[in-house]
Amino acid sequence: MGTADQMQGRDQPTPLDALVRDYAAKVARGSAHSDEMLLPDGTLRPVWADFMAHLAGLTPDQIATRMGRGNQYLHDAGVFYRQYDAESREREWPLSHIPVLLSEAEWAEISQGLIERAELLDFVLRDFYGENTLVNSGQLPPTLLTKNPAWLRPMIGALEPGEAGLNSVSFEVSRGPDGRWWVISDLIEAPSTAGFAIENRIATSRVFPNFFSRAKVLRLAGYFRQFQQTLLALKSRVEGEMVLLSPGPMNQNYAEHAFLARYLGMLLVEGEDLAIQDGQAMVRTVDGPRPVSLIWNRVPSLMTDPLELAPESMLGTPGLLQAVRDGAVHTVNMIGAGVLETRALMAFLPSIARKRLGRGLALPNIATWWCGQEAQRAHVLQNAGAMMVGDAFSTRPLMADPATVALERETGDPATARLVEMLETEGHNFVGQEAVTLSSTPVFEDGAFRPRPVCIRISLGRTDDGWAVMPGGYARVSASDDAKALAMQQGGKVADVWVLSEAEVAPQTLIATEDTLRERGSSDQMLPSRAADNLFWLGRYVERAEHHMRLFRAYFARIADGAGHDDPLHAYLRTRLLPDTPPEAKAIADHFTQPLELSLQTAARVTDRFSPDGMMALRTLVHDARDLDRRLVALDDIPGKVSTLLRQITGFAGLVHENMYRSHGWRFLSLGLSLERAANLAGLLAACLDDDAPEGALDAALEIGDSIGAHRTRFLISATGASVADLLGLDTANPRAIRYHITRAKDHIAKLPQKGHGHILSDVAARILTIETRLAVSAPENLTSEELATIRYEIWGVCDALNASHLG
Amino acid sequence: MLYNIRLNITHRYDQPAAQGRHLIRVLPRNLPGRQRLAMHLLTVTPELHSRRETFDFFENTVVTCVHSEPHDEMSIDLSCHVEVSDPAPWSDLSPQVHALRADWRKQIDLGPDSPLHFLGGTQRLTPDAAIAEFARAWFDPERTAAENVLRIGQALHDEMAFDATATEVDTDPAEAFRMRGGVCQDFSHIMIIALQSLGIPAGYVSGYLRTLPPVGQEKLEGVDAMHAWVRAWCGIAQGWIEYDPTNATLIGSDHIVVGYGRDYSDLAPVRGQLRSAGGQVNSQAVDVAVLD
Repeated sequence: MGTADQMQGRDQPTPLDALVRDYAAKVARGSAHSDEMLLPDGTLRPVWADFMAHLAGLTPDQIATRMGRGNQYLHDAGVFYRQYDAESREREWPLSHIPVLLSEAEWAEISQGLIERAELLDFVLRDFYGENTLVNSGQLPPTLLTKNPAWLRPMIGALEPGEAGLNSVSFEVSRGPDGRWWVISDLIEAPSTAGFAIENRIATSRVFPNFFSRAKVLRLAGYFRQFQQTLLALKSRVEGEMVLLSPGPMNQNYAEHAFLARYLGMLLVEGEDLAIQDGQAMVRTVDGPRPVSLIWNRVPSLMTDPLELAPESMLGTPGLLQAVRDGAVHTVNMIGAGVLETRALMAFLPSIARKRLGRGLALPNIATWWCGQEAQRAHVLQNAGAMMVGDAFSTRPLMADPATVALERETGDPATARLVEMLETEGHNFVGQEAVTLSSTPVFEDGAFRPRPVCIRISLGRTDDGWAVMPGGYARVSASDDAKALAMQQGGKVADVWVLSEAEVAPQTLIATEDTLRERGSSDQMLPSRAADNLFWLGRYVERAEHHMRLFRAYFARIADGAGHDDPLHAYLRTRLLPDTPPEAKAIADHFTQPLELSLQTAARVTDRFSPDGMMALRTLVHDARDLDRRLVALDDIPGKVSTLLRQITGFAGLVHENMYRSHGWRFLSLGLSLERAANLAGLLAACLDDDAPEGALDAALEIGDSIGAHRTRFLISATGASVADLLGLDTANPRAIRYHITRAKDHIAKLPQKGHGHILSDVAARILTIETRLAVSAPENLTSEELATIRYEIWGVCDALNASHLG
Repeated sequence: MLYNIRLNITHRYDQPAAQGRHLIRVLPRNLPGRQRLAMHLLTVTPELHSRRETFDFFENTVVTCVHSEPHDEMSIDLSCHVEVSDPAPWSDLSPQVHALRADWRKQIDLGPDSPLHFLGGTQRLTPDAAIAEFARAWFDPERTAAENVLRIGQALHDEMAFDATATEVDTDPAEAFRMRGGVCQDFSHIMIIALQSLGIPAGYVSGYLRTLPPVGQEKLEGVDAMHAWVRAWCGIAQGWIEYDPTNATLIGSDHIVVGYGRDYSDLAPVRGQLRSAGGQVNSQAVDVAVLD
């Protein structure tokens, strides 16, 4: 069966040999380097043969469609990273859909080298904070520590004898032009790898579902299961919770932190969630403070304790270092481990390895020379053409550092002359590194395969049986032929890495089980106070936005009908409900666009507790509201546009009540919605039931209170003060009534942790009950403007009490 | 010389602070053969939830104070007696600076007194071209390292005006030098950067100054609050010497040492964190009286 489209090239599969020939020609055009898919002679590496045969059977359009499935997964799962540009926006996860394939044998070789390196680095770390034998025996120049801001003096002596300093590390490796693998960088402090690897894997397996399910790809879940055992063992040394300490949502890798915390059953916290009480690390939760026994630290070491380290840090916890030194709390990697990322250390690791292991490193790192030694400096200057030079103490990989200088001596270039002079006078501040050439791997762009520079990031975790290596999952692929464009911030992409086994892959590690670890752990019922506060405010902001949208629509519907801004009702509504607001559409719209923006920011702080669907709905809503904001000119259109937004925001509230698991987190979100709505209705009624209210205020109240239909059903008369007070104030069945939401809030508060003692109600429970009672015993005609103003004030009192008891 | 030292540091908060944790470095050190803390009483109000004394890396005494009840004022009071010996007659055993550099390059000891910690590399002590140029202008390679320390200290004192209003506690030394004014903290930071630019290890010293001078001498600058000065490493034979650039003097028995560190951040008298919303006002008063 044919269609007309089949005549076009994008619908024709490319034969395998043509595909390989075409790709080989592109590889050959670049400078001399290895390629992951092709052998030096231009033929396919055996490990790629099946996969490429599979791809060759697909048309470019089919491949593109499959890639779309991967993107859809990432989008739905809410996998984003943060672009550090002026707006610091979230961006789609930049997946390159073609995985990098490696044979199990080659992988085993890389793994052995990395395990050796992890163990060596742990030895070096323990020495740096312990005996200092490396300095004392002359293997390492002392200023590499004493002038190094990453060597944290308060941690000296903190490790117990035999205690590991490292439990989790990542490395970046690359295949050199000679085919051998090299370590490019040691990622110790907070490498983004493991969590994103899982997302890469799930997305890529959806791109190639049939091939993946029969290919013998080593699965990732086993690694996490092993590492979780390590975490549990570390935790068990002290009584308490496991937390993952994140710098928060402004960090590029926050999505990974949220993912790992969920996946491993840890509580996701920020520095301000933790406090040191009586020498013990505690996490502030809605249940009160709970002890913490293990911290997986994703905050840079220097920022972990403003009392003893960087004083300006807002990310840390005062007193944490003392608690760590006292052994009252443990960290996965010791605080201060980041010193291992010091670039100049790479110049000394080979000789440290020879001394300790009796042989060189199985997997060498990039050749590095410290310019503080005369012979090394001379070597750098003599080989200037093949060198990059940079700050010896930097912890960024040299090739990824914009401050790196290629040291090619051009005659008469003053900058180069200055650099040479600096190497002579301040050599100990500089290192030279061999300029690396990365291997290339295929990406699929514009209907064809193209080679791009690639390096592989590999995660290792310590287990009872030694170091476990996560079998693949994460490669960084450059955006262009330039290896410097690897970073996502510069448009680089990320790909899955498949390690293909020769044996059958064990069935228990199929993709379905990648999710199973999520179920463990107690993190769902343990809610940090900060997260509860954010959820509470999320509810309040969304409700505040909705209320003001209704107000805005009612106001402008009348304007569209020919009323003026200065008509009595309009002037009255502005004075009473929109203080200090000029009679302009933009200014009045700000009353809902601003809470909407705030709601999105607030939601972003609790992505681990909030459903991806909810996030997506909120993003769309904010996006559409921004759109409206820009086009606020055609007055006639405004009510219609706002009605569309209102449908969306009502949908969001529906999502909260229909789709969210009934956790404490949900309860705070729902509480925020109810208390805000009750307060806004009280304010609205106080204005519209006032003796001074102009003609039409009662109808406006019904409209803003979304109860015109309900009023018609219940009263069959035109609105009176009593009928409006009854329907929007006292009705227990109207979800647009104060009473309805006060009762709902009371029920939520009754189910919160830290209830009162015995028969004595907590402050917050007593306050909400007082309000409910006031409403319950009130007749409609007694619900005066003054009474409503008091009720509104008392609702804020509930919020304050809640803040003091659960959210602070 | 026996001194009676009294110190009060008060922090007033606009909004009550719910909790507080402070590290306090105000207790004079014991320096065998030179200075002895005979007795001391350190009180903090309001009443502390907990208190603990430890030593930091540079072996200064650190008192950790924790408040757990809301309070709108914290007051730290120190009263102590310190015995200070007269310094030995000045003798210069230091080599020239090029030899001094070779001296510290041979060091492998990483203990708290090692000159290797005092070569720069902290956030405050970043090299500055103008300060380095100033140091070079006064540097005389023919003279000993110690002579150069005194020359540069004296030159800096002559170049800078003591001005308590010119700078804040977090003013960058390069900025203070550009303004040619500041307090003891600025004088000291600038001198440290100047010496380090020549390859002379130099560190920060916090302490107290005798309030009233001996009869017939001028009152020193900086007696109303805690003081700061510089120490410089002048080779294996000479070791550390201490110099006060604010008063252009070698340290004698008028100076009482509280702490040794790399810069002010290592020795801030009070370093703290509060759970509080508003601002705060701090005050400090010091009196150092001679007892006999």
